Amino acid sequence: MVGLEHYLAVAAALFVIGIFGIFLNRKNVIILLMSLELILLSVNINFVAFSAFLGDLTGQIFTLFVLTVAAAEAAIGLAILVCFFRNRGTIDVEDVNVMKG
Amino acid sequence: MTIADFTFYVFSIVVLTAGLFTVVSRNPVHSVLWLILAFLSAAGLFVLLGAEFVAMLLIIVYVGAVAVLFLFVVMMLDVDFAELKAEMARYMPLALLIGVVLLMEMGLAYGTWVTAEGVTVAESMGAIATPEVHNTAALGQLIYDDYIILFQLAGLILLVAMIGAIVLTLRHRTWIKRQDILAQMYRDPAKAMEVKDVKPGQGL
Repeated sequence: MVGLEHYLAVAAALFVIGIFGIFLNRKNVIILLMSLELILLSVNINFVAFSAFLGDLTGQIFTLFVLTVAAAEAAIGLAILVCFFRNRGTIDVEDVNVMKG
Repeated sequence: MTIADFTFYVFSIVVLTAGLFTVVSRNPVHSVLWLILAFLSAAGLFVLLGAEFVAMLLIIVYVGAVAVLFLFVVMMLDVDFAELKAEMARYMPLALLIGVVLLMEMGLAYGTWVTAEGVTVAESMGAIATPEVHNTAALGQLIYDDYIILFQLAGLILLVAMIGAIVLTLRHRTWIKRQDILAQMYRDPAKAMEVKDVKPGQGL
């Protein structure tokens, strides 16, 4: 019988894969954004698993909002990326030092 | 092992494999396709958990919108991805170290996690759907009743994101000729045309 722990383990592994991707693709912003989506997906899996096993629909509603924010974040992130590529001709994150921050 | 258990294992293995290939793939287009597979499998997991509405939403929003957005950007930008990927091996040890440490930490946390005896779920607003009420209907009653302000705020977030994305990517290209309707309407025929008297045998 598949219990709550199984879903939590899958979500944890997916989260770690997302973090791994962020550190692995330090230069490629597109894959960085995809790793962020993976991390948010793992959070969603946690929410829905707890919602199902605790018998409380609030978790699924929160998943909806996480989904909204993830979609908005992807749109804004890719828009910034396109803007940056037009100005600099590259998407290397380590070139983002115009403001000397 | 029942069919449901088997389906769970298939979906979770696929979601983890697809996630891993998303981050290690050499070609960003392949990355996006692996990401789509990961989201589809996660939607399968959600269906297994009885959250059909969220599962279908995941497919529509992620596969239908976000993944296509990623594909557009990957194909629109003329980036030399081989150059970006060349240094991937340099970051591999650090990334592996951090990944393993995080995984171990989570394993320790889950390993020592026990639920106290006699704990019952508190009565909250979002009691799970009874068999008579469909998952979507129950969610709708909650969203449009108790969480209506949050729902409207989510719409506002999407509006801000839309305006922001348009403002960021819009550029006025001044070197392109466009139709100026006002200039056309206010054009005066008397000034637009000039009659010249050309003498025979001479040019202008």
